[in-house]
Amino acid sequence: MGLLTFKGGIHPYDGKALSKDKPVRRLLPKGQLVYPLSQHIGAPAKPVVKKGDHVLAGQVIAEAGGFVSAPIHASVSGTVKGIEDRLTNVGNMTSCIIVENDGAYESVEFHPAEPEKLSKEEILARIREGGVVGMGGAGFPTHVKLAPKEPDKIDYVLVNGAECEPYLTSDYRRMLEEPELIVGGLKVMLRLFDNAKGYICVEDNKPDCAEKLRQACQGEDRIEVKVLKTKYPQGAERMMIYAATGRKINSSMLPADAGCVVDNVDTVAAVYKAVVLGEPLMHRTVTVTGDAIRDPQNFCVCTGTNYAELIDEAGGFVTEPQKVVSGGPLMGFALYDLNIPVTKTSSAVLCMKEDIVSSSEPTACINCGRCVDVCPGRVLPAKLAVFAEHHDEENFLKYNGLECCECGCCSYICPARRPLTQAIKSMRKIALAHRKK
Amino acid sequence: MMEKLRVSSNPHDRSRMTTNQIMLMVVIALLPTTVFGIFNFGLNAFLLIVISIATCVLTEGIYEKLMHKKLTVKDFSAVVTGLLLALNLPPEAPWWIPILGGVFAILIVKQLFGGLGQNIMNPALAARCFLLLSFTGIMTDFSVSSYAQKHVADAVSSATRLADIKAGAEIDGTMLLDMFVGNIKGTIGETSAIALLIGGIFLVAMKVISLRIPLTYIASFAIFYMIFGGHGADPMYLAAELCGGGLMLGAWFMATDYVTAPLTRSGQIVYGVILGILTGIFRVFGGSTEGVSYAIIFSNLLVPLIERVTVPKAFGKGGKRHE
Repeated sequence: MGLLTFKGGIHPYDGKALSKDKPVRRLLPKGQLVYPLSQHIGAPAKPVVKKGDHVLAGQVIAEAGGFVSAPIHASVSGTVKGIEDRLTNVGNMTSCIIVENDGAYESVEFHPAEPEKLSKEEILARIREGGVVGMGGAGFPTHVKLAPKEPDKIDYVLVNGAECEPYLTSDYRRMLEEPELIVGGLKVMLRLFDNAKGYICVEDNKPDCAEKLRQACQGEDRIEVKVLKTKYPQGAERMMIYAATGRKINSSMLPADAGCVVDNVDTVAAVYKAVVLGEPLMHRTVTVTGDAIRDPQNFCVCTGTNYAELIDEAGGFVTEPQKVVSGGPLMGFALYDLNIPVTKTSSAVLCMKEDIVSSSEPTACINCGRCVDVCPGRVLPAKLAVFAEHHDEENFLKYNGLECCECGCCSYICPARRPLTQAIKSMRKIALAHRKK
Repeated sequence: MMEKLRVSSNPHDRSRMTTNQIMLMVVIALLPTTVFGIFNFGLNAFLLIVISIATCVLTEGIYEKLMHKKLTVKDFSAVVTGLLLALNLPPEAPWWIPILGGVFAILIVKQLFGGLGQNIMNPALAARCFLLLSFTGIMTDFSVSSYAQKHVADAVSSATRLADIKAGAEIDGTMLLDMFVGNIKGTIGETSAIALLIGGIFLVAMKVISLRIPLTYIASFAIFYMIFGGHGADPMYLAAELCGGGLMLGAWFMATDYVTAPLTRSGQIVYGVILGILTGIFRVFGGSTEGVSYAIIFSNLLVPLIERVTVPKAFGKGGKRHE
């Protein structure tokens, strides 16, 4: 039997060597901290502080705006300077709470608990109050994900430690340095699902992590470490479920429909902290890397810290970069301004000397089929992109356009350098909006 | 200082393989058979190749210049067309044949349909068929120069080995070896099965083509020939049919032309099978001894239909909720 994986996918330059051996360093923020009210999927949080209030680290500054939402906590102590619109990593202006750091780092008192003594409802409540959301990038509120309609039908809780995006090493460091946190978090999550097994899924380019995790979960008969083939997008939810369990879901199904729950390693560690230690989500691991960075690093930073500060702490730029990306090179967002706060979902700041995208001119499609070969969603990207360019929604839907997971493999591989993913993404947005009507 | 940051939609990385490199690799893969063809047939073959490539590149350049389109001569696609056309010509054809064929291939078949990626037939093959119909005498005269007569087997008659077999000739081991190595009459680039195989394997190894089309094409032709060829499963005749004519050149280099082959994987298999059967029908039941060119351009026209019925099932499509 070969390694667990899926069909399609790509093997881009992984760039992880730049930062993989740099232990996570705690960073104390200097200037103002900026907390976007919308840093998760769902309703934006509602501020509960006003200008001039003094706040402590760990204090709720905005409460959940609905069921699918999450509260936001201050990550330092200081004074609220106001609520203003600021630029965030996805490129739009969002209402943010601004806190002036007083440098004292005083925090509220946390209330640890023994998970064995907590009921399921209490566990979910502690996760909700801890403001835990999916930290792999999507930011879906974790307490919602962990409360499917029929928890007894969940067979697998998958911890996503694939980290298939090139350059990113934050999850790698987390698994290597704090495996017990991940196993602990998974144990808490398994308490919610009586019939489930826990799989920690790691790509085979991180054998050291797999080994550490195996040691950490020794004697846990419900937990197993699964080694997956190194390939992008192995960490995409649907690909991960398929690789680990052999079950397939389409774009209109939830993982729970296949009896699965998938959470990123950083999220699972946050669950542990929220439930067992009583600490809300106010830090995250961020990789600052790329060939334009002097000294690539992995930082444990307070949410709300400015990106520019992270870049300074990593030695600044070797030369002025052409492109700075929030996240990995394949699914991240290109930034036009570095004055952006770290949110719960910021996994990396990638600074590249050269931008291969703007320096390459798209040429005619020669129908080579490479996009079809690499597409993990098994659609025909070249055809979908043509339908998208012609605004032919009918054919776009007929050719399964909605099954695209926007992973970017097709654009990456295209020898004619055509922006296939971009065309398909725009059309999907339009088609999804029409479907909702 | 940060005013020069560039933004674009994801992904922010690109594979280093470009269209130009792919075309260049096809040219490299054609080199063994090209060099063999020149060595085998002599100076005129060399001249035809040069004229054909030059005509194709110039036609493309002049047309794009006149039409104020972006110049695409640097992408090597016109070079590939010119080379393939020349490899499909008889070695002693007159010099104006590749000029006429090259202009037809690039101007009529490629550019008038919209340029690279838009043509519905393989330009080189469409041009060959055009020449074959218009100048049948010249295009089917496979006599060779006095230089080539020294090493090309059975050099005196003007017919090819395949025609001899169709006329009822017996096959022996020497004949078969000649056909495999390429010391036989035929078009410039089709005679040497071994040189073509080397090129084909190179393309597969470099991941320029997959085995789907060539293998299904060759296999389905072989099966068809065993059933209807009149020689049963006789390995001698089968091997001769596989090495002879344009099958190897067609299966590895022309049926695999991206633009005119199906995009879908299962479509490529269907396409290969259709090619094999058509080639078999043309060779066994047709009036001429060759069928590869016609089989390929006819199948080119079926591609939109094949693609429509072979759209793959999307990942998880029709998935059932797990109980």
